[in-house]
Amino acid sequence: MDFQVIREYIPLYQEAGILTVRIALIGIIGSIVAGFLCSLIRYFKIPVLHQITGVYIELSRNTPLLIQLFFLYFGLPKIGILLSSETCAIVGLIFLGGSYMSEAFRSGLEAIPDIQKESGLSLGLKKRQVIWYVLLPQAISISVPAFAANVIFLIKETSVFSAVALADLMYTAKVLIGMSYNTDEALFMLVIAYLVILLPVSALFTLLERKLRYAGFGN
Amino acid sequence: MQDLGINVLFQGRNFIRLLNGLWITIEISFLSVILSMSLGIIMGMIMTIKNPVIKIITRVYLEFVRIMPQLVLLFLMYFGITRAFQINLSGEVAAIIVFTLWGTAEMGDLVRGALESIPKHQYESGKAIGLTNIQIFMYVIMPQTIRRLVPQAINLVTRMIKTTSLIALINVVEVVKVGQQIIEASRLTVPSAALWIYGTIFFMYFIVCYPISRLAARLEKAWKN
Repeated sequence: MDFQVIREYIPLYQEAGILTVRIALIGIIGSIVAGFLCSLIRYFKIPVLHQITGVYIELSRNTPLLIQLFFLYFGLPKIGILLSSETCAIVGLIFLGGSYMSEAFRSGLEAIPDIQKESGLSLGLKKRQVIWYVLLPQAISISVPAFAANVIFLIKETSVFSAVALADLMYTAKVLIGMSYNTDEALFMLVIAYLVILLPVSALFTLLERKLRYAGFGN
Repeated sequence: MQDLGINVLFQGRNFIRLLNGLWITIEISFLSVILSMSLGIIMGMIMTIKNPVIKIITRVYLEFVRIMPQLVLLFLMYFGITRAFQINLSGEVAAIIVFTLWGTAEMGDLVRGALESIPKHQYESGKAIGLTNIQIFMYVIMPQTIRRLVPQAINLVTRMIKTTSLIALINVVEVVKVGQQIIEASRLTVPSAALWIYGTIFFMYFIVCYPISRLAARLEKAWKN
């Protein structure tokens, strides 16, 4: 291991790391919004939309992100839809993440006993108020562990973006290995970069989970 | 509209080649799944031992393998380990090793979780009615553990199958790579090949994974209580 080489590589990885984090962040926020909408549609069984989201969720959960990206990046231009690799990455991540987030929220919603909803209504709350003040706070607190697992899963999935020529961490490592044969250094920096990104996130969620467990009921 | 892109699928042996590629994907997944299920059960049992040294070692292994993207692990194995130890690994072998290491960690954690979720009074009640340790394990603990474990383990299988798509990136000729070869070969004759080939591969993965994940969902529902 040559530390001179590593020092030279740091700015490259820093840049790629920032790009990875940025895409992951946009993708995750998008996934949360998409997942939230889908879970509400599924939970309240809104006609037509209910079936469409069902098909979407099964398609997205049972196919790999790499193939989804290849389809977006290499397939769609053939019918005139040209996406940049960055847009592709974000669209792909939201497509994948939306379904996972949706399932996480939905299992949270379904874990709430019906009696809670009924009590809310019998107290004279409107349906919207029941959702807002009774269902959502509990559902969110229940789905935190699944949610946290999904966030980490999605950050990890960003490593696939190098395949559609996004200059992220994986891509940088691949280029450095190919150009300079400093394989050890390039891979070492790759591992470090992902640890730097993922360890704090993972630690934060563990902490959050412990805090939220007190907010739960009974168990 | 000159040449319909879908024709490329049925030109020559293209579709058969894709299916062969899919078969390699399934073979690699199958081998890794079998290995990681068996090793994962052992790993899970080891993780329930209350020894600080074992705890730290298993924890570090689990966290590292889990937190690293699988593609990074594949690169480490395929480029890093081979160079560091001056050995030659084919992409297939590297993939199976990585997926086994990763699957063992995931499976180990599932087994640990399932074992630890069995309330202590189940053991005690078993003892109180005079069962031997083996009987308690066979008739009380095992059936309950399996019910919690099997749906999650099946889900892990679909995740492993999906992740095998990454091995095209370390030059294993499986379904994705075959697709790329077909697209490359028909670039000039059928410009829209990419759309059809990637679309086909997309549904191939879906057809393989969907029944498995349905099975998991059904078992989960059936065994809820």
